[in-house]
Amino acid sequence: MHRMTPAERVAAMLRIRRFEEQCIALHKSGQLLGHYHVYIGQEATAVAACAALGAEDFIFTTWRNHGHLLARGADPERMLAEILGRANGYAGGKSGTLHLAVRELGIPGTSALVGGSLPLSVGSALACKRRGSGITAAFFGDAGLEEGATYEAMLVAAAWQVPILFICENNSVPREQRKRGQWTSSTLTAARLADVPSSLQVPVHEVDGADIDAMQECFDRVVAEIRGGGGPRFVEVRCTRWPGNSMPWPALPGGEWLLGWAHGGQPDDADMAGWMPSDPLARYLQKQIEAGSMERKQIEAIDARAKAEMAEAVRAALDSPFPAPGEAYKHVWTERRQAQ
Amino acid sequence: MKISFAEGLAKAIYESLAANPSVVLIGGSIVGLNMAARKFMEPVVREFSARMMVTPVSELALAGAGIGAAMCGQRPLVDLGTGSFVYQAFAQVANEAANVHYMSGGQTSAPVTFYCLAGIRGTGAAQHSQRTQAMLGQVPGLQVLVPGGAEDAYGLMKWALLESDDPTVFISHPLLFGETSEFAPDAPMLPVGKARIRLEGRDLSIIASSVTVPRALAAAATLEREHRISAEVVDLRSIVPLDRDTVLQSVAKTGRAVIADECHRSYGVAAEIAATLAEEGLASLLRRVTVPDVPIPFSKPLEDELIVTADKIVAAALQLRGR
Repeated sequence: MHRMTPAERVAAMLRIRRFEEQCIALHKSGQLLGHYHVYIGQEATAVAACAALGAEDFIFTTWRNHGHLLARGADPERMLAEILGRANGYAGGKSGTLHLAVRELGIPGTSALVGGSLPLSVGSALACKRRGSGITAAFFGDAGLEEGATYEAMLVAAAWQVPILFICENNSVPREQRKRGQWTSSTLTAARLADVPSSLQVPVHEVDGADIDAMQECFDRVVAEIRGGGGPRFVEVRCTRWPGNSMPWPALPGGEWLLGWAHGGQPDDADMAGWMPSDPLARYLQKQIEAGSMERKQIEAIDARAKAEMAEAVRAALDSPFPAPGEAYKHVWTERRQAQ
Repeated sequence: MKISFAEGLAKAIYESLAANPSVVLIGGSIVGLNMAARKFMEPVVREFSARMMVTPVSELALAGAGIGAAMCGQRPLVDLGTGSFVYQAFAQVANEAANVHYMSGGQTSAPVTFYCLAGIRGTGAAQHSQRTQAMLGQVPGLQVLVPGGAEDAYGLMKWALLESDDPTVFISHPLLFGETSEFAPDAPMLPVGKARIRLEGRDLSIIASSVTVPRALAAAATLEREHRISAEVVDLRSIVPLDRDTVLQSVAKTGRAVIADECHRSYGVAAEIAATLAEEGLASLLRRVTVPDVPIPFSKPLEDELIVTADKIVAAALQLRGR
């Protein structure tokens, strides 16, 4: 567990946001190929959850993994190199954005199938229990609860009482607010998402994904309970979907996110203006300014560093070589098997 | 000394648990409902019950938990029960386990073993008689072991649990449990990926695996006794890796091949062997003895109509010899 200062939290959230903006720009310019998913609007969840975890813990994530990796300490240059299919990406260009993983950071593998990581994370938690240290955190979206694998995984976790934290990042849009053509949202017929784990006797919590302080308090407490042998826990993080996620490819409604929007300015884009009160980054910045714990200049300096870091990561990733075609045959089997 | 197939499995599991504390059993119904074989599992249950995870009926999550535990340092054996239930777990076995090492660019491996008590066992009907080795063989990254004898049941299981760093599907067969073979505890195992010549012969090769191995041996005995035909029996032992070299050498020597395989005829293991022979110019004299492309029925005369028998292997061999 790491107690983050306000400046560290702001930096962590801004780094994710500026990274994702670069992905959108790279896609627009035709350099990022394939489908991809950004974490804008959910940054506080990854930052708070990762601050509650320790180095020996494992994390399982999904196709929407950039924020989790960055919050865990992954190198943006190697992430971008991977996302662009380059040889010095974390998987040498084999995973792209969908399966980004960094073993040395306790993120051993990433499934891009809805609910696919949940059974894996339960096994990881079993490994933690058997070795007697660490816990596993599994991030997934609300749609994950529509998969049978997720129910089975929670059942097995509850039956085995393994140390696992299920973090359901609910960014679904209520049916009545959905727009034509908007990405699908949860159609789970349970009254609350938490009813599913509750029915399996897994303790549940619901937190506001726009309130990093509330999340930090929740994650710290729940992680301590799990470490104490309390078995699995389920946290539903209620996020309000960022408007840029509402079409087949992410876009930036109103352009690059502006610090001024956290200082009383209003985006021209109506959707963005409507979403701003739900933006965890803007909310946190406003809170710090009102409390006098951070100054505007300090925030601007942090943002300038985040922007510069990500611009440099993009430049380095674009300069990286593509893998040699023969690399396609490597890593089907482990070296031990190949040596036979 | 002689051991049985079921005894070999239980012995391998016991010794693996004793040898490496990372080995963990997720489910433990390795010998199914076979009461005679269950006594072999008694030492495992007695000494290692703390490492046998009690499991809900959740094949998908149990397979995934085995993979996830393997990704984080454990060496699990996941018992999927009746082999047909691998379909329940297929998303995790085929789309997760097989891809872990590749997708992570070699960062992570998943040394998990999925145990499937598979095959046409009598009265299993359509949903409990599946042979999925050919389908699983289509998934790069999965090792598929198909022992046809007791010494290989022991050796391959022990190898999967203690030596392999890659995910493995272990295809067992209830009708093999009583098969016995000579067993020397300290003898090194024939390496994985090497086929075993069960019987040397001159006139034709019978390529077999799993339950068709004893049937091929029975057919070879009949061919020798009644027709003076000397058959060579090649036991593949594993579908992935597949020992193409030994198959090619045997058929190059004998000039004829009968491929006996319990998968469905189309796109099966036999089809892959036949294609391998064809590409090397050895296809002119071969026959496949396989299960027709129909589901497996319950009633005995209906099931008997479809299964690969020693008689059918003999008939195919006689055809090839022009008799």
